[in-house]
Amino acid sequence: MAQSHPAAPHAPHEAHGHHEEASFWSKYFFSTDHKMIAMQYMITGMAMGMIAAFFSYVFRMQMAFPNSHVPGWGLVTPAQYNELITNHGAIMVFWVAMPVLIAAFGNFLIPLMLGADDMVFPKINRLSYQVFLLSALVLIASWFVPGGGFGGAWTMYPPLSAKAAYSLTPHGSTMFVVAVALEFVAFLLGGINFVTTAMNSRAPGMKMYDVPIVVWFIVIASIMFMASVGPLIAGAIMLIFDQTIGTAFFDPVRGGDPLLWQHLFWFFGHPEVYVVLLPAMGIVADVMATFSRKKLFAYKTILYTAFATGVLSFTVWAHHQFVAGIDPRMANIFTVTTLLISVPIAEMCFVYIATLYGGSITLSTPMLWALSFVGEFLIGGVTGIFLGSSGTDIYLHDTYFVLAHFHYTFFPIAIIGTFAGFTYWFPKMSGKMLNETLGKIHFWGTIIPFNGIFLPLFVTGMAGDQRRIYDHNNFPELATPLLQHLREFATISLVVMLLFQVFFFVNVFWSLWKGKKAERNPWKANTLEWMADSPPPHGNFQELPTVYRGPYEYSVPGRTEDYWPQNVPN
Amino acid sequence: MIEHFLPAASSFAHEVDFTFDLIFWLVGFWFILSELVFFWLILRFRKKDGVKGQYITGELKSEKRWITIPHMLVLLCDVLILFFAIRTWYDIKQYLPPAEETVRVVGQQWAWSFELPGPDGKLGTADDIRTVDELHVQVGRVYHFKLEARDVVHSFSVPAFRLKQDAMPGRVITGWFKPIKTGSFDIQCTQICGIGHGIMGAQLVVETPEQHAAWIAEHSTTSVAAAQRPSAGD
Repeated sequence: MAQSHPAAPHAPHEAHGHHEEASFWSKYFFSTDHKMIAMQYMITGMAMGMIAAFFSYVFRMQMAFPNSHVPGWGLVTPAQYNELITNHGAIMVFWVAMPVLIAAFGNFLIPLMLGADDMVFPKINRLSYQVFLLSALVLIASWFVPGGGFGGAWTMYPPLSAKAAYSLTPHGSTMFVVAVALEFVAFLLGGINFVTTAMNSRAPGMKMYDVPIVVWFIVIASIMFMASVGPLIAGAIMLIFDQTIGTAFFDPVRGGDPLLWQHLFWFFGHPEVYVVLLPAMGIVADVMATFSRKKLFAYKTILYTAFATGVLSFTVWAHHQFVAGIDPRMANIFTVTTLLISVPIAEMCFVYIATLYGGSITLSTPMLWALSFVGEFLIGGVTGIFLGSSGTDIYLHDTYFVLAHFHYTFFPIAIIGTFAGFTYWFPKMSGKMLNETLGKIHFWGTIIPFNGIFLPLFVTGMAGDQRRIYDHNNFPELATPLLQHLREFATISLVVMLLFQVFFFVNVFWSLWKGKKAERNPWKANTLEWMADSPPPHGNFQELPTVYRGPYEYSVPGRTEDYWPQNVPN
Repeated sequence: MIEHFLPAASSFAHEVDFTFDLIFWLVGFWFILSELVFFWLILRFRKKDGVKGQYITGELKSEKRWITIPHMLVLLCDVLILFFAIRTWYDIKQYLPPAEETVRVVGQQWAWSFELPGPDGKLGTADDIRTVDELHVQVGRVYHFKLEARDVVHSFSVPAFRLKQDAMPGRVITGWFKPIKTGSFDIQCTQICGIGHGIMGAQLVVETPEQHAAWIAEHSTTSVAAAQRPSAGD
């Protein structure tokens, strides 16, 4: 176990001295260094994201140009279509948003921002990544077994997921559930680490209210994840038993109940939305404070709204099941709790906007990403009201309106939040600066087509376009030219957006190779990670820092500098 | 707004549309307002040489006001929306008006089948009319549907009626609708149910009393009985 605050100033280096001459294999694959584990999560997450993006390209092509040859894939069969959408959803939630936002940023930032030399459980941390990698490999393998990969949606509702006779994927569906369950185990291991480190390894002088928002939010998210995932792990094991040894937990003919799964799934599934939302919002808060040279507006209010959101999010899950056959009276309770959650979330958005007031705003690439998070997430937030309101959800449930709504929350979270954090901390991670011009081309080339994809889908959803249909022309009301044009527009926007991602990869690789060297604190930020070398060595700090103030003391009157690092004595 | 794309063909469709529009205008107001303030702040407070940022903690009451007042107003809007949302929900899902007709709707991989009472007006007797992928009903009558699923979860959705209800295997779920417009409307399965999910559609044909009586007569196995039925239109 790493010692957070040894007495000798150079102790961190000595304590990890044996790592310095580590072999390639143990340095990159079996490292216990939190930064290397963060990189492993980041790279695995981004690689999985590219697979999911390719899947979305294939099925969106099928939507826009039904039953034609998709370049790079071929004809899309109904079974393949189901498999693609199922795995796209599962990958983006479990193998992109979670590993990148929680595990990669959590691992990289928590020890650095708290002034610690590593996580408190480095070996559990390493195990967490290894289990995660295994889960990703199981998922990938599930696409190549006889019968193909699972195609019953990422929500895995039984009896479709439970019986091979219904799903027609005897091995794929079991491997899918196993992969998801393994992924949960990985994040339970990671979560324990994040929470314990934040509680125990803060630098001397760092009080709870001196902890940067992003660390707070990752910790709250980890607690929420660990509290909500238990029932679903139990559910996943019941489902695996139903699939493999013939139990009947979800089989109504033999005394089971399919609705039980839906409760277990969404009891986890809804808090999960906030589990990935909070780290992204934390990243955005830190980036916005730095580039507007402003103290965050009402730091404590932000924290309390996050607590409120966290607690409330455990009480809203059945809004996914309004029309699933639950007692109609129950829907009234869940619609009240669901609309109530708009209050802390709206408040959080207001606080972020208020932070800009009186600032000195630089529109750098990370700041553009952070600001676009707020601007776009608002759309996702307000459209949630239509769905949380039980009366209108009867019509909108499982339409493209839902799809557009949650992509307006998930895209800001998983893509915009990631790019905001990645471009902001890239100098610290790599020691090199990214190119701003390429970064801005990438930003606009992503944001504009993103709206081009999902704004039309709100309209098709309002017109009754239902989800998970491989060819809408099978339904007369959905086969109108207007709707088809909107679908084509969305698909073309997607292709444009995916092409613009080339700028990102060129930027990253070019900067790593030839980019300007990054100083310790290129953005003139206050938080502790900027006091370490870029990139920080194993053990992070030359001398473990002591904290004298909160993380957002920008533009303090009476100082010549407009920033005041946490570790600088008064 | 929804009516721009789809007819409102059931008695409760207008209520759903009204609630949708109400939410649209309320959240639209907040959305536009927030975005305007947001963009104005970005433009107004761009970095200028020699101008430092202001030091505002946001912890003072006079500053917090800017957050608490909007947040109270959001809560007020929520309460208003809740009233209409729950009223709409109650009218469609919780309240069950007495049935004038009852039909059975069965979802299975990957088709809808329907059972209508035959000339005797009762469901579950020998003269029931069974159809696949087509449900014929009469305009202006209150229908109860008994929804079942044979294998996996399906969802019985009639967008023109603004009606949706999942069909759960092992259960019979009762719901209702009252068609107010004649015509042929889509029935869709809106819960993924396997590889044929994308073709699991059917048509709901709403007919005038005369058309419906004729259809019943044509499809009932005992046409004599059909003729003896007192009146198909009552």
